[in-house]
Amino acid sequence: MASGAHLITFDKVWKSYGQGEARIHALAGVDLAIRRGEFVAIMGPSGSGKSTAMNIIGCLDTPTAGTYSFMGIDAGRLDRNRRAMLRNLYVGFVFQGYNLLARTTAAENVELPLIYRGVASRERRDLAMQALAQVGLVGREHHTPAELSGGQQQRVAIARAIVTRPTLLVADEPTGNLDTARTHEIMELLTKLNEELGLTITMVTHEADVAEYAKRTIRFVDGRVASDTAKLEVAQP
Amino acid sequence: MIWETVRLSLRSIRRNVLRSFLTLLGIVIGVAAVIAMLTIGSGTTEKVKADISKLGSNLLVVRSGRPAGPGGPGGLEQVVRPLAEKDLAALVAHLTGARAISPASQKQVRVIFGTESLTSGVTGTDSAYLDARDWKLVSGRPFSDSETRSGTGVCLIGETVRQQFFGAGDPEGEIIRVNRTSCKIVGLLEPKGYTGFGQDQDNVVLMPLHAYQRRIAGNRDIDSIYIAADDRTPTSELQPRVEDILRDARRITPDRESDFAIRDMTQIADAMASATATMTGMLGAVAGVSLLVGGIGIMNIMLVSVTERTREIGIRLAIGAHEKHILIQFLVEATVLSLLGGIIGILIGLALAGLASVTLTIPFAPSPAVILLAVGFSALIGMVFGFFPALRGARLDPIDALRHE
Repeated sequence: MASGAHLITFDKVWKSYGQGEARIHALAGVDLAIRRGEFVAIMGPSGSGKSTAMNIIGCLDTPTAGTYSFMGIDAGRLDRNRRAMLRNLYVGFVFQGYNLLARTTAAENVELPLIYRGVASRERRDLAMQALAQVGLVGREHHTPAELSGGQQQRVAIARAIVTRPTLLVADEPTGNLDTARTHEIMELLTKLNEELGLTITMVTHEADVAEYAKRTIRFVDGRVASDTAKLEVAQP
Repeated sequence: MIWETVRLSLRSIRRNVLRSFLTLLGIVIGVAAVIAMLTIGSGTTEKVKADISKLGSNLLVVRSGRPAGPGGPGGLEQVVRPLAEKDLAALVAHLTGARAISPASQKQVRVIFGTESLTSGVTGTDSAYLDARDWKLVSGRPFSDSETRSGTGVCLIGETVRQQFFGAGDPEGEIIRVNRTSCKIVGLLEPKGYTGFGQDQDNVVLMPLHAYQRRIAGNRDIDSIYIAADDRTPTSELQPRVEDILRDARRITPDRESDFAIRDMTQIADAMASATATMTGMLGAVAGVSLLVGGIGIMNIMLVSVTERTREIGIRLAIGAHEKHILIQFLVEATVLSLLGGIIGILIGLALAGLASVTLTIPFAPSPAVILLAVGFSALIGMVFGFFPALRGARLDPIDALRHE
């Protein structure tokens, strides 16, 4: 397959809502390719289609027309449960609002994706501890989200996203609820995961300084890719 | 996986203790009502059976007047010719297959001792009465034949009468006033408790028939004759013999109907027991309706729960939960919830039935079948009423669910 080298390929992807006159095109024929190990920021004004693109990338949504292929799989044509399986195996999610289960400890939150994978309880606990260590939250395993700061909650969410050792991390405004200092901490953590684990990251943001951490920035306007720029100062190894 | 889900649902139940409790309440009340009703009902059935066998097993009771038809006792159409001593004499002389034959006349009469008084069922009878009715004495002696013949003022009293007048003391030899006559207590009857209809079987005074007739009733009538069959003779065989002898003694020509009725207590026992059982079933069914209401409560709260946790469902779906995982999660939660309610309901129902069995002095008769049924039924209610909300949760779109505030 031609897209074999790419993790993610959009081939003339359309996403439309509504009927007739009222039909709106959130994505209007997007072509896009992302390789393994890339750290991509997706930017654009609201309504530009960046969130729709992210949902399709994360296998949460399917295109109306065109082909979305993920790891060489035609993910856009898979049914709900198969996409759920794909997400569970290869995709980790980090959201703006953290989206942790309330009144559930950090460790239990991190274990959650492993439950749906059928991992045994003891192994789950070990993997969760490792993931929490990777995000620098040792000693907070038994705290509930309410007992953690925003930055710490986002770290738990990142631990939950990486506990399955995914190929792709999808982050939707991961720093949107954080102050500047916390924002930089989280971005450094994501950078570290990208560089050390080779984790592919796609991140929606509207803050330029956050996008700075990424090595490539794709800008959406009116459902189309308006610009796609790689960071110049990154030296290729 | 299932065990994980059960643990998960227990945790979410624990997280909302108050709400879970209120949800459970419907099921708890429903199950408790059913269990209490059925347990008390079967206790009552047992009690009725025991009571009637206490009236004397294999007992025939003869009363004057035609058998009461559907119109009840008021349906008697002619002046009743009472039973008389010659009828009794004829039975004693000719009836075979009887263990005991005893006359009885009864009236509610005011009994007085010192400053205390009590309205008691006073029965005039003879010494065979205790045998016929299978009653026993705790202390003292029955009437002698000569006391019966001469109508001496002696009496046997029941436990209630003793407690009213003598407390824990020994009543023997004391003189009580019955109506306007006095009699000496010669024996104390064994306590028998209440009948299934709430009648105190221990509030009784027995005295010789002649004494009763002369001093209390003021006539020579006999209200009823108790005939206990011996071990070899079934009552169904004894009954026609009794009828023949009595028709003969009362000179009833073959073209006329008998002016007395013979009741077979065994048959009555069966009829009563089946009537109580029917009653129990109906009460149970009414209580069952409240279970249905409890089920609707579960559905309601599960819908609230699904809506409230839309975001959680979104997260779970996003990180790889299948539809069936979400469906099972909420289904298990509803089932665990209603099962929990069922178990609490069973405990409360049994406690209520236990309390009732103490206060009504009926046997405590919990039925394992009914309990198992209640457990199964409450689990079923959870599954049935939890299914629709669970399905709604499972069908959510992860993107919408994540956006839900």
